[in-house]
Amino acid sequence: MHNLNPEDFSCPLPIMEYETIQLAHGSGGRLSAELVSRLFLPRFGNETLNRLEDQAVVDFSQGRLALTTDSFVVDPLFFPGGDIGDLAINGTVNDVCMSGATPLYLAAAFIIEEGLPLSILHRVLLSMENAVKGAGVQIVTGDTKVVNRGCCDKLFITTTGVGRVPEGVNISAAKLEAGDKVILSGTIADHGMAILTSREGLSFASRVQSDTAPLNGLVAEMLRVSPLIHAMRDPTRGGLATTLNEFAASSRVGIMLEEAAVPVRPEVRGACEVLGIDPMYVANEGKLVAVVPAQVADKIVAAMRSHPLGREAVIIGEVVADKQGLVVMRTTLGAQRIVDMPVGEQLPRIC
Amino acid sequence: MKFVDEYRDPALAGQLLAEIRQTVTRPWVIMEICGGHTHAIMKNGLDQLLPAQLELVHGPGCPVCVTPVETIDRAVAIAARPEVIFTSFGDMLRVPGSASSLFMAKSTGADVRMVYSPLEAVALARQHPEREVVFFAVGFETTAPGNGMALLQAKREGLTNFSLLASHVLVPPAIRALLSSPTNRVQGYLAPGHVCTVMGWQEYESLAEEFRVPIVPTGFEPVDILAGLLMALRQLEAGRYVVENQYGRSVSREGNRAAQRVMAEVFTVRDRAWRGIGVLPASGLVIRDDLAGYDAERKFAVESIRVRESELCQSGSVLQGLIKPDGCPAFGRECTPEHPLGATMVSGEGACAAYYRYHRTSHA
Ligand code: SF4
Repeated sequence: MHNLNPEDFSCPLPIMEYETIQLAHGSGGRLSAELVSRLFLPRFGNETLNRLEDQAVVDFSQGRLALTTDSFVVDPLFFPGGDIGDLAINGTVNDVCMSGATPLYLAAAFIIEEGLPLSILHRVLLSMENAVKGAGVQIVTGDTKVVNRGCCDKLFITTTGVGRVPEGVNISAAKLEAGDKVILSGTIADHGMAILTSREGLSFASRVQSDTAPLNGLVAEMLRVSPLIHAMRDPTRGGLATTLNEFAASSRVGIMLEEAAVPVRPEVRGACEVLGIDPMYVANEGKLVAVVPAQVADKIVAAMRSHPLGREAVIIGEVVADKQGLVVMRTTLGAQRIVDMPVGEQLPRIC
Repeated sequence: MKFVDEYRDPALAGQLLAEIRQTVTRPWVIMEICGGHTHAIMKNGLDQLLPAQLELVHGPGCPVCVTPVETIDRAVAIAARPEVIFTSFGDMLRVPGSASSLFMAKSTGADVRMVYSPLEAVALARQHPEREVVFFAVGFETTAPGNGMALLQAKREGLTNFSLLASHVLVPPAIRALLSSPTNRVQGYLAPGHVCTVMGWQEYESLAEEFRVPIVPTGFEPVDILAGLLMALRQLEAGRYVVENQYGRSVSREGNRAAQRVMAEVFTVRDRAWRGIGVLPASGLVIRDDLAGYDAERKFAVESIRVRESELCQSGSVLQGLIKPDGCPAFGRECTPEHPLGATMVSGEGACAAYYRYHRTSHA
């Protein structure tokens, strides 16, 4: 899905006169129009977008709407396993579908730094195109702005997504009940460590790959076997620990985890070890955590395992009535410890 | 991670715990001097698994915690200079000085950058000959050789725009001070494995003999720590007081000679203030006079630092093992990781932070 290798293809630069983004590409004039018609429309074109109105008018059935927006400012733009383009699509698709909604339409806004090579923008757009197809959604409206050199870091992308929430589905962080099981769809910390190790040039960790992926297919599979999911979220920034703490606080319950059950890839664990970072706090971009009633937990795990993005799905713990608002972990040695909310960014230790 | 997993093996840990229970016949107080140990003990919940007769107390072995406020204030002042790129490991950035931290300085325009190795800072100096690159060289004997190497590298390359703000501390003088104190309760020590990797355990031998305490250089995995405790307990129960090495896979009696040579070439020993504890004789490393050009403290004279510290904070007592963090009245109330009053609540290896992070239900 995103094993696209941008080095492999040679692209005739779509806007011949310039190799880099000029301020005029954002002026609203001829160059802006060219940027849109030659670079964006061929990738994302659809009936709605092609009209190039100031707004998208789309069909929408009655019922409930899920709406989300997110800005992507990742550095570096390209990292092992993905880039800012597929992140911007997958991240927003995932935020929509964590409500159980089917994502339908996206809006995309680009803030581009003057001087950005067009070839880079092109690479990002190609991977967005792939991600859009992979998630089965449409970009129906968008915006591009070019800012002076130094006023943003290369490229920022904001995506907004809408989706339809199916009848009978009601997922919320406030719905956890004692006895519920906590399910994780796969290994944690892959994305954050891929970014960190590529940013810092830590070559020992070269095998660490981002897990960026659209989760709407996996969610559909889960809902197909049971609509009774209580809470669901993709643990992005702040990692699994933050998401579970938010759940525990919203529902005023405790969560008891089994340390041994939480899967971490060996190469990711190794990189975390070296930097003194706890994988529980590291970002994921293609994983979800769901809290479901105990009686449907096994059925949902089985359904998840039948989907490529949920093959490693496991139950990692359960909701408990005591320890209100706290996430507690039973360590591999049988003791207990609190898994706290992080205070700020995780900082590598000194020695 | 085969190499690590065997030191986390629950079966092996269980066996060691059983042996510890069988060995203990009366109450003992053992101090783990190193913040890395404190952190591993709390994170794995080892304290909950040990017999009640064995009391663990936490020592001053977190370099972030014992860095004097004055040094943080100096770092902030140097970082604020327009020509300076100030580099540091991550965990120093959040530590509060009197009025500001390096993170706050960064947000108000100082060029503060987090690096993973002092050599990255040297590379920055190479890339930016028009700027002054300062590296905040903090830590025990563990980080001193690497930081010294960076200075020597800059010297070899003829870089004149690189300097260290050096704030290194030494472990044995701290142990000596704690043991000499009339309030001392500690009967045995787990010595910091990483420090001993560099320095060996020779220098602990006289301490063990003079003060009649077992000292055990110990690794950082749960099985290491339990094995280290067992070794110390066996000595205590038998009335033996020697240095016994648990961390054989990386520590030798002599330590790493090459690393020690670098330290001697770059630094010299001096009395040094420890935050919360006070001045300990011959417990710090400063840059030698012949390398003064690489010493940020001398290069950027910072005048009139007025140090202000919280009156509530009892981190000095925490660092000396006199009270546990939850014995401080401010713990979890006025003082939390979001609003820390002392460095021991900020640093990832600080005892107050470890208690708050992993165990505040049972205490607060
Ligand atoms: S809990 Fe806070 S105030 Fe009390 S000793 Fe620790 S750092 Fe200082």
